[in-house]
Amino acid sequence: MFEVKNLKYKDILYIDHLNINKNSVTCIVGESGSGKTTLLKMLNNIISPDEGEIYFNRKEINQYNPIDLRRRVVMLPQTPIIYKGSILDNILIGKKFSKSEIYDIKEIENLLEKFNVNKNLNEPAENLSGGEKQRVCLIRVLIMNPEVILLDEPTSALDENTEDLVINYVVEYVKKNNKTLIMVTHSKEIAKKYSDHIIEITKRR
Amino acid sequence: MNGAVKLSIMQVLSAYLFILILLLIVKRRGLNREKEIIISTTRMTLQLILTGYILTYILKNPNPFITLLVISIMEIFAIQNIIKRSKTKLSYELKKVVVFSMIVGTLFTLFYFILIVINIKPWYNPQYFIPLAGMIIGNSMTGISLGINKLIDGFKNQVDVIECSLMLGASPKDACKPILDNAFDSAILPTINSMVGMGIVFLPGMMTGQILSGSSPLVAIEYQIAIMLGILGSVSISVIIFLLFGYKTFFNNRMQIKREEL
Ligand SMILES: Nc1ncnc2c1ncn2[C@@H]1O[C@H](COP(=O)(O)OP(=O)(O)OP(=O)(O)O)[C@@H](O)[C@H]1O
Ligand SMILES: [Mg+2]
Repeated sequence: MFEVKNLKYKDILYIDHLNINKNSVTCIVGESGSGKTTLLKMLNNIISPDEGEIYFNRKEINQYNPIDLRRRVVMLPQTPIIYKGSILDNILIGKKFSKSEIYDIKEIENLLEKFNVNKNLNEPAENLSGGEKQRVCLIRVLIMNPEVILLDEPTSALDENTEDLVINYVVEYVKKNNKTLIMVTHSKEIAKKYSDHIIEITKRR
Repeated sequence: MNGAVKLSIMQVLSAYLFILILLLIVKRRGLNREKEIIISTTRMTLQLILTGYILTYILKNPNPFITLLVISIMEIFAIQNIIKRSKTKLSYELKKVVVFSMIVGTLFTLFYFILIVINIKPWYNPQYFIPLAGMIIGNSMTGISLGINKLIDGFKNQVDVIECSLMLGASPKDACKPILDNAFDSAILPTINSMVGMGIVFLPGMMTGQILSGSSPLVAIEYQIAIMLGILGSVSISVIIFLLFGYKTFFNNRMQIKREEL
């Protein structure tokens, strides 16, 4: 699905070769500052490497219209971003950007319940706790139904039990719907338990 | 029309008493502003005297080329002023957008005003053209200045939000919409607010001038209403053009934010 060749970004990230398979769960681990977020942003074409190529479905990433690509390969940023409006507005904003406003309210309520967020969809989102915001942002990505899901530490603000519950659901969802998941995590257990592949990024000194 | 009372030199000089009072206060309080006050008073005096002579010549010799020359000079000054007043250094591309939006916004409004609203003949009649151009260009200048600062602040403070929207597949335009709306709002708000107090809290300069020079207040308000609407139109048009092209300069051709330029 993704292939990276001879990638170089500033003096932060160097990758000779990397393959990420379709319908797989890949975890990216590595110490803070090693370039995990940077790599994820490149797969979503938010930034470009200084050298080297990235292929998506055998086609160079820059051959795609960036907007189309980002709708197929959606990324969840490391810090949860909350927009003005209700929880529902926040969950739907991704769909609104791609002008596909059909949604299933039952599905959204179901996800909130699965993720242990016991809030009314019409409440203002800014009042949510850090961990609740994080889960709302994750739901926002999931309901966009993308081919590839890029998650940058999606559960960093959650306790271990909730973390496991959320990741377990996401992985199940990915497997069931033939999607591809690439996830940065600080938790070795999560990486071992759920991933088909682990990419470890080391810091250059 | 009976015209304004002509002031003698002595009468004008006597008005400088106010500056002496100000200087006295400033000195007493040790505010250290004497130099600025003297310089700005002198500049105002000299600039206005010069303008007075130039305008006398221009009004006596109406000529389309001179009229166009005058508004070109006004535009250049206004554009320089915008660039100088912005809080951060503007990129070359953004400067081009400033030039374009100022020229298109103000000229469109000005010509609509001259040709359609008051229908002056000949169109280049400097007696109308120059003061109207001054007001329209001056107000658009202030509007774009405000708009620039809000746009740049918005990008600096909200870069993570914009980036998140892009990650979700938003077009750069959709991703910037909140910032653009906010910048537009801030840019036109002073103009809208000034309309609220008009005629009650203060009499606008143009209207005051017309009344002093003997026009009937009813004629003066007709012009004032028309020019206020023209100013609002010009500010809105130049600011919206500026914003709609300006936000694009923050993105590269891959629709990525140029972070290093923020
Ligand atoms: N635009 C940029 N310009 C210069 N340096 C940058 C830029 N973005 C990130 N960096 C640097 O690149 C390095 C890698 O950043 P990155 O965010 O990818 O790390 P990370 O592995 O995600 O770390 P963490 O686990 O803390 O999130 C850091 O040292 C960071 O300061
Ligand atoms: Mg990171």
